[in-house]
Parts: sequence; structure tokens; C-alpha cells
Amino acid sequence: MSERSAIDDQPAQGASGITPPAPVQESALVNAIADKPDSSATDGEFKTVGEYRCQNPYLVAENVDVHYGSNHAIKNVSLEIGKKEVIALIGPSGCGKSTFLRCLNRMNDSIESAVVSGDIRLDGEDIYSKSLDPVVLRARVGIVFQKPNPFPKSIYDNVAYGPRIHGLAADRAELDEIVHSSLERAGLLEEVKDRLDDPGTGLSGGQQQRLCIARTIAINPEVILMDEPCSALDPIATAKVEDLMDQLAQEYSIVIVTHSMQQAARVSRRVAYFHLGHLIEVNDTDTVFTNPEHKLTEDYITGRIG
Amino acid sequence: MQNTSLLIILIGMTAFAYFAGRSRSLAIVGGPARTTRLHSLPGYYGYFTAIWCLLPALGLLLAWILLEPRVIAALTVQGLSDTQRSMSAGELNLLLNNIQNLALGDAISGTADESLQAAADRFTQLTKQSRQLLAVLVFGLSGLAAFFAWRRIHPDFRARNSVENITRLLLLAASTIAIFTTVGIVLSVLFEALRFFQKVPATEFLFGLNWSPQTAIRADQVGSSGSFGAVPLFTGTLLITAVAMVFATPVGLLTAIYLSEYASKTVRSVAKPLLEILAGIPTVVYGFFAALTVAPWIRNTGEAAGLSVSSESALAAGLVMGIMIIPLVSSLSDDAINAVPTAMRDGALGLGSTRSETMRKVILPAALPGIVGGILLAVSRAIGETMIVVMAAGLAANLTANPFEAVTTVTVQIVTLLVGDQEFDSAKTLAAFALGLMLFVVTLLLNVLGLYVVRKYREQYD
Ligand SMILES: Nc1ncnc2c1ncn2[C@@H]1O[C@H](COP(=O)(O)OP(=O)(O)OP(=O)(O)O)[C@@H](O)[C@H]1O
Ligand SMILES: [Mg+2]
Repeated sequence: MSERSAIDDQPAQGASGITPPAPVQESALVNAIADKPDSSATDGEFKTVGEYRCQNPYLVAENVDVHYGSNHAIKNVSLEIGKKEVIALIGPSGCGKSTFLRCLNRMNDSIESAVVSGDIRLDGEDIYSKSLDPVVLRARVGIVFQKPNPFPKSIYDNVAYGPRIHGLAADRAELDEIVHSSLERAGLLEEVKDRLDDPGTGLSGGQQQRLCIARTIAINPEVILMDEPCSALDPIATAKVEDLMDQLAQEYSIVIVTHSMQQAARVSRRVAYFHLGHLIEVNDTDTVFTNPEHKLTEDYITGRIG
Repeated sequence: MQNTSLLIILIGMTAFAYFAGRSRSLAIVGGPARTTRLHSLPGYYGYFTAIWCLLPALGLLLAWILLEPRVIAALTVQGLSDTQRSMSAGELNLLLNNIQNLALGDAISGTADESLQAAADRFTQLTKQSRQLLAVLVFGLSGLAAFFAWRRIHPDFRARNSVENITRLLLLAASTIAIFTTVGIVLSVLFEALRFFQKVPATEFLFGLNWSPQTAIRADQVGSSGSFGAVPLFTGTLLITAVAMVFATPVGLLTAIYLSEYASKTVRSVAKPLLEILAGIPTVVYGFFAALTVAPWIRNTGEAAGLSVSSESALAAGLVMGIMIIPLVSSLSDDAINAVPTAMRDGALGLGSTRSETMRKVILPAALPGIVGGILLAVSRAIGETMIVVMAAGLAANLTANPFEAVTTVTVQIVTLLVGDQEFDSAKTLAAFALGLMLFVVTLLLNVLGLYVVRKYREQYD
């Protein structure tokens, strides 16, 4: 694990004309901003602008680097994710959003060439430490993928899969209850309650995605990672999933990767902008979309890149 | 002119035709800058000309090579004296052979008298003329066809479509060769088998419990009239196949699971080629191994345990056959497992499953149809396997389910029926075809079923 950057390493706030965003901050922490840095920001001493910390951190990544063989996909990224917070990761294709997301519950373990370094802590516990079982971690940090991937089993079994392997239900009645409430919360119950024994793969794309969400919340994770959960969905299904996220945010922390600014604006409280493996800017959603601090962020949200 | 030099010149002409066609198409529209006025890319006009230059001439050449010997032989025979021409077909053949050998300067039987020498000269002369004629015709046809094709080039001429059509026909021709061969084999086996069933009733063959196909060769010989109940062969085949599959299925499947999901890259890169070597060992070598190593070992172990084991046991043959089939089972299961999308794997892992839970609850169920299909293919391979059983399982047609006894299989009996002296239309020889037909039908069904299952399962994720 690499050394951590001390809080005090943060340079003091620059004399910029732009008012820094107003996320709740500890007074000791101030932002690193000068005039909007231009796109020539170099790899070396790159610093995230905005505020990567948050008030009530639950999942904390510090100085994370990811290499796929010789490809340096994530470059010294630090980001804090608060309790019951929705944070959106945005950025052009290939900038490492999915890679970063997959670090957070060690899904990168199954990619042979991926090497992750840095500190990632869940509730203060290093998730890459030897003593931590990734299987337990993934039950605490659930993930929903870009492409719906229901198992070739019945709808019921899809949702019951997690509770079964984790032994969450004592008997059939309890399992039924978990399955129903998960489907209910995912907004799918009405549509499928009469055909729980039909294969999950027979549902429409949007229904499948909500099934995958139901499957994830059935194991009651503390954090839910969502990698472009709506990219295959129509606007109606998207709206349903977004509603669901609003609800879920009352209990869970949610990290969502999205290519839709509107979606990021609708669902998230904070936004992190990635560019070529760097975390360029983290700020309040409003700030990012109305008054981004970094030139690259501005270019991206105004449609000049990506 | 020799066929090879003919062919080389023809290829040269084809290349020339390609460039001629291509440049004509360009010249017609007025230079490479204006190729958009052509219906097809200039290359297609080249191919079109080249195909017409090559194919008809090639067809002629092939037909000529096939027919030439017969025509020349017929012409040579015409030049022979009447007495010689009235000889029996066999003698005439012999004579022709002699003439040919004399002409080519090989050793001949008998003495080379004057008439023979004359005939040989005539033969040489005819061959030479034929060659010359062939060269003229081939080059003439090639040039002429290419010329007409070249003349047809025109900006509106759909060269691409013509070339595509010709390509399609060529591919069709290639695939029909395989199909016709298969049909031919099936028909020949079928007809011989029908002849067998005229001598021995099909019911006796299919349900008879006694197999001893020895028949008397000469009428005055003492010998049994043979009995052709094939049930012991079927059960023997089944027994050995069962032993092989009981051994190969779990081992192969577990190997596939290990290699595809657990093994590190290095292990995989070593183990996979090793398995492929196992698949590449000739079955004769497996046969040695079964007969010389495994069978004695099984017998000794069995006797030490107080069992009576014959020295040629179904167990030995089955085990070694199982070893032979492991690579087949494992590579097909490996394919099936790898065909399960990574998304499925990620989904299971993302819900906090362990590797083995992922394997058992998600990947294996999803891959099961593919695995079953692979196993069916392996069974059909085991049923058709001959060499190992010939060497290790013996020839005794015992009707038994005891793997420690010697049994024999359908394939082994086919081999033994066809080696040795027999009249070709005796029931004994023909029985081989009936057995072959049975074998063919069973393996065909298994293959069709296996492929169907495999394919059906593939579609699920595409
Ligand atoms: N399994 C992998 N093996 C090797 N390189 C990978 C792998 N996955 C991603 N990469 C590389 O890592 C970089 C970041 O990829 P990532 O998938 O994280 O991008 P992304 O931001 O999610 O893009 P998108 O918006 O298109 O999904 C890319 O350069 C990509 O080529
Ligand atoms: Mg991605």
C-alpha cells in the first residue's frame, strides 16, 4: 500500500475569482484551486480540485492506483463516499470510472492483469487487507452492472440467490418475504408477481435491470455500486430506476457511474469527474454543473469532450 | 507437355488476365480517379476475367486427365490384331499393361515380340498426340474465354455480382464433395447390410444372445454354421463405454472446472497443451498401455483382493479409453464453461458468492447443456473406438455385466470379421457391414443429439 497523503498536504486555497463550492467542510480542509487549470494538467503532481472529502465518510479511497499490465488506468485517486450519500462518477469513455468502481468491492480481483494499490477503507477497515474476505466485502458493497445480467434461473431464484448463499432467511416464509420486499422496492413486483417462476432472462431489458437491482438489495448491502445502470433502458424504465435510487439513498450509500449529466444532476448530491485515469474534480452536483472549477470538467459538461 | 508445366503456364495466364481485366475497367472509365463510374471495384473486373481464364481451362484439363488413359487404351486396342482383340477382358488387360510398361521402359512379363513393340510405339505416339492436343485446347480455351470475359467489361457490367456468384458455386461444389462421400459410404454399408439380412434374419441379429460367426469356408468342411446374435456385442460395447465414461466424465469435467476457473495463467498454459498431447496420442499406443500395463495391474490387484479377473478385462479397456477421452470431455466442457458470459460470473461474485458457489450455482447450471452435449459426443467417440478394445478387451463375446470379465465390442468384431480368408459374400463377412450399420446409426444419433444440445445452448447467450 502506498503512503497516504496527509491532510495538511493540501495547498491552501488560491486567490481565485471563483467562489469555491459550498459543500460542508471542516475548516482545516480547503480546496486546491487556482485559476481553472487547463487541459495540459500533467500526470506528475496532479491534484484533484474541489473537495474529495466529505462530512461523514463511510467508504474511503486514498491514493488508489490501478494498472492493467502496463496500462495505468487509475492514477492516484482519492475519494470519500459518505454515509447515505449518492455520488455520481462521470467522465469520457475509457477514463476509468468502471475500473474505480470495481476497486471498491474488489471485483477487480477476478481480472488477472489488474493490480490495485492504495488504501480503500470501508467503515475504517482496509478492504484490501489479508484478513478481510472479499466475499464478505461484496455482500456489504453490492454492485449492479451496466448490462443487466440476470442468472438463467427463475425470477424468484434470482432474487433469492443472495439471501440463500448468505443464509439470510431462516425458512421459506422469510425468504418469500425478502424476495417480495426486494422486488417491491425495485419497483418490479407489480409486473412480475404472477410469474415469479418464469426465467429472469425472459424479462425485458429494463425489467431485467430492476431484477438485478432487486437481487442486490436483497442481501442488504451497506453501499451499492451502480455502473451505468440505465444505459440499456428507455426513459420510463430509467425514471423508475432513478426513483428507486432516491429511495435507496435513505438507507444506503450509492455510487453511480453515468454518461448522462441529467441523470447525475437528478440523482446525486456530489459528482466526481474522471479524465484519463485522473480524478479531476469532485464537487457538489450544483457546482459541477453550474460552475465547474476545472477547465476539463467544464469542457466535458458543456459537451466539448467525451 | 507435362501437367505441371501446363498448370504453371495457366496460372501465369490467369494472373495476366487479372491485370488485363482490371486495367481495361480503368481504361474504360478513363483512369483510376474515376472508378466511381464503375459498377464494381476495378479488382472485381480483374477477378472476373481471371476466373474465366482459369476455370474452363482447368475443367478441361481435369476431364482430360481423367478420360485420357481410357481413350488411349481403347485406341491402342483398336490397333491390335483380331486374335488379340478377341481375348478375355482379363487377358486383354494384362496385354495392355505389358504394352504400357514396354512403352514406359518398365519390366514386362513375357517377351517383347514385334507386335507388342508396334503396339507400344503406337501407345507412345498416341500419348504424345494427346498431350499436344491438350496443350493447344487448354491454352486456346483459356485465352478465348478470357478474351470474351475481357470484352464484356463495361462500366455497367456487374462484375462483383458475377464473381460472388461464381465463388458461391465453387464453395457449394466443395461442400457437396463431402456430402456425396458420406452418402456413398452410407449407401454402400446399407446395401451390404441388407444382403446380410437376407441371409440372417434381422430379429436374430438384433435380439440373438449368441455370437459365434464362424462359418465353414468350403462345403465339405466341418464347422459351425455360425450364429449371429449381436446382443453380447452391444452389451460389451455398452459396458466398456460405461466404464470409460464413469471414469472420464468426472475427471474431465473437474479438469475443465479447474483449468477455466481456478488455475493461474501459468498452470493453464502448461496443462492445456499437455491435455492436447493426451488427445494426440495414437490409439494404438493407448492399446499397448492398456494391454501391457493396466490389464496386468488390474488382474494382479484383483487377485490380491481375492477376485477373479481375466487378463483381458472390460475394466482395463474401459479405463484406458476413459483416459483417452478425458481431453475431449474437458475441452468441450471448458468451451461450455467459457461460453457462460463473464457478466454472469461477475453477477454472482458481486453478490458475495465464493468461487465454488459461483461455479456450482451459476456457471455449471448455465453450462450444463453444453457439457451434456460434449459428453454425448464423447460417448459416441467411445463407442466407435476400436484399437484399445482390440488390444485390451479380447475377443470373447461374453454376455456379462461384470467389468472384470473379457468382453468384446462391435468395432472389434468388425475387425476380426474382415481379416483373414473369407468369401466376400459369406454371412460372416457381411455381418461386419450389419454391425457397421448399427454402429453408424447409433453414433450418428448421439452426434446429432450432442450437437443439437450444444448448439441450442450456444444460442442462449448470443
Ligand atoms: N479488463 C481489463 N483489462 C485491461 N484493461 C482494461 C480492462 N478494463 C478496462 N481496461 C482499461 O482501463 C481503462 C479504463 O477503463 P474503464 O472500463 O474503467 O473505463 P470507463 O470509464 O468505465 O469507460 P466507459 O464509460 O466506456 O465504460 C481503459 O483504458 C481500458 O482499456
Ligand atoms: Mg464503464
